[in-house]
Amino acid sequence: MKILVCISNVPDTTTKVTFIDNNTKFNTTGVQFIINPYDELALTRALEITEKQGGTVTAINVGLVDAEPSIRKALAIGANDAVRINAEPSDAFFVAEQIAAYAKTEQFDLILTGRESIDYNGGLVCGLLAEMLGIPSINVVTAIDVENGVVVAERDIDGGREKINCKLPIVASAQKELTEPRIPNMRGIMAARTKPLKVIEVAGAQKTSTTLGYELPAAKGGVKLIPAEQAEQLIDLLHNEAKVI
Amino acid sequence: MIIVYAESIDGNFKKSTLEAVSYAADVAKLTNTGCVAVSIGDIDDSKLNELGKYGADKIVAVKSDALKQFVAEAYAKALANVATSNNASVVVISNTYSGKSIASRVAAKLGAGVVSGVISLPDTSSGFKVRKTVFSGKAFADVDLTTPTKVLAITPNTFNISEQPKAGEVSTHDGGLTGADFISTPIEVSRVTGKIPLTEAELVVSAGRGMKGPENWGMIEELADVLGAATACSKPVSDMHWRPHSEHVGQTGITIKPNLYIAIGISGAIQHLAGVSSSKVIVAINKDAEAPFFKAADYGIVGDAFDVLPRILEAAKKLKAAN
Ligand SMILES: Cc1cc2nc3c(=O)[nH]c(=O)nc-3n(C[C@H](O)[C@H](O)[C@H](O)COP(=O)(O)OP(=O)(O)OC[C@H]3O[C@@H](n4cnc5c(N)ncnc54)[C@H](O)[C@@H]3O)c2cc1C
Ligand SMILES: Nc1ncnc2c1ncn2[C@@H]1O[C@H](COP(=O)(O)O)[C@@H](O)[C@H]1O
Repeated sequence: MKILVCISNVPDTTTKVTFIDNNTKFNTTGVQFIINPYDELALTRALEITEKQGGTVTAINVGLVDAEPSIRKALAIGANDAVRINAEPSDAFFVAEQIAAYAKTEQFDLILTGRESIDYNGGLVCGLLAEMLGIPSINVVTAIDVENGVVVAERDIDGGREKINCKLPIVASAQKELTEPRIPNMRGIMAARTKPLKVIEVAGAQKTSTTLGYELPAAKGGVKLIPAEQAEQLIDLLHNEAKVI
Repeated sequence: MIIVYAESIDGNFKKSTLEAVSYAADVAKLTNTGCVAVSIGDIDDSKLNELGKYGADKIVAVKSDALKQFVAEAYAKALANVATSNNASVVVISNTYSGKSIASRVAAKLGAGVVSGVISLPDTSSGFKVRKTVFSGKAFADVDLTTPTKVLAITPNTFNISEQPKAGEVSTHDGGLTGADFISTPIEVSRVTGKIPLTEAELVVSAGRGMKGPENWGMIEELADVLGAATACSKPVSDMHWRPHSEHVGQTGITIKPNLYIAIGISGAIQHLAGVSSSKVIVAINKDAEAPFFKAADYGIVGDAFDVLPRILEAAKKLKAAN
């Protein structure tokens, strides 16, 4: 069983988001970067599957050298080896193309991504990658197992759950509930230092989109307080003033 | 031509589908072209006709027994084939779970640039610029798509459903599918019935650790029920299994954008706010006047939820009875 896990390097969830250069760039000053939380779930689940039935887990990232601490962390959690495709991850299409090109050179049975990256919120890499490889994709899986070359998964659908069967290879994206993320232990951290991290340069690449700039949401106008002992007024305000009920 | 995916569930078009068709019709107007709605799966002809009301010049139905269930690969292929045969410039899809799972595949098939979480009409004054939410609602990004065909996955609850009647002529298309396109097989589908799915809800009543325990959710559910709202919760609440994971909103849960979000006993941590701050009107109920949620709220009540909720519930029942 050969599993590939796609890891994106994202700002910590507590980050106060600001922009620089006339709102064209995310301000990374003082920002802590982490493995995208959903990718951590994907990685942990991949390890659980290979521990049960043998196999290897490769972590892959499309990013510049500043992503390496997150990649090393993936190795410390338990990935056998890692690949970094040395390029700025400009959009999901580009990222998927790069990963697809690499995946075509190795025969992976299962490729896992996160449901979405918590910075860009694309949720697109899973399907793009699968289509580029000509294999099925199962988005937002809350459970996944492999038995005799067949994947049994559960995924969130609008307003419910679906159980789904599919032959390998596939690409699936991890949703919370899949498992509990593992924390690297001392032995893992030591081992990660010597595990292989291969850096690949990008061949040709097409650009499909450009992010022109960012904006922060307008600040709220201030809260209107209602005394607790007249809490019933809330309903009147929501009905007659805010007109939302 | 603007192509819009007309998603249906159990033989009915969803509210988000009507939003998407209205949006696509607006894009068609903006770019001087027509709008083709594509329905895949099992739906009555009488329902198909309805899409004309929201601005579809043509409605293409792709039907077969095999398409009764949603299979991402097959649906994406059918949609891409209809898009190609109609010379699509833009493909509009609602950013629901199933919508998103085909948007990416359609984009890869068409070699199209794709943006998900779109919250604006395209600005075509120079290039093709759309706005999307990033950082789970903490910010917006303006993205320019540079490919000849573009795929836009639009955020539900963002665009109005607008009636703009067009011919709405219905035709069928075989989707160009073969048996090999049905590689994955759904074996069991369970949908919560009679409850409003959180992602589509216009009103959401949400509660946090301040509720003390799962046994106290009766009031929350009752209020949601009276208002016709969906229920949500903070992350620790679902982590402790007080509530199902599917209710967890925030940066690592579901991002929602209802008209009204009522947060009861939720502190308002940055990760929670990220997923809900785009809501149009926010109400915070918290016994701690310093709770960060009050900074993000439009209305606030500083008080004990256990005293405050019965009053609100009673007033909500009165309002309901009067209407
Ligand atoms: C990586 C990461 C990701 C995260 N993602 C999310 C996410 O997606 N969503 C999310 O919600 N959180 C997320 N969190 C957790 C987040 O940081 C907070 O811990 C969490 O939102 C707090 O939940 P809470 O407000 O229910 O509980 P608490 O912080 O315990 O707050 C309870 C509140 O209830 C009030 N209260 C208590 N009793 C009463 C009463 N009787 N009446 C009225 N008010 C009362 C208290 O004053 C307090 O403000 C994440 C954290 C991390 C580290
Ligand atoms: N730069 C990247 N390198 C590797 N994997 C990525 C990268 N960006 C996104 N991914 C993967 O794709 C998933 C969805 O990302 P996105 O489509 O950007 O929301 C993430 O959870 C990752 O698993």
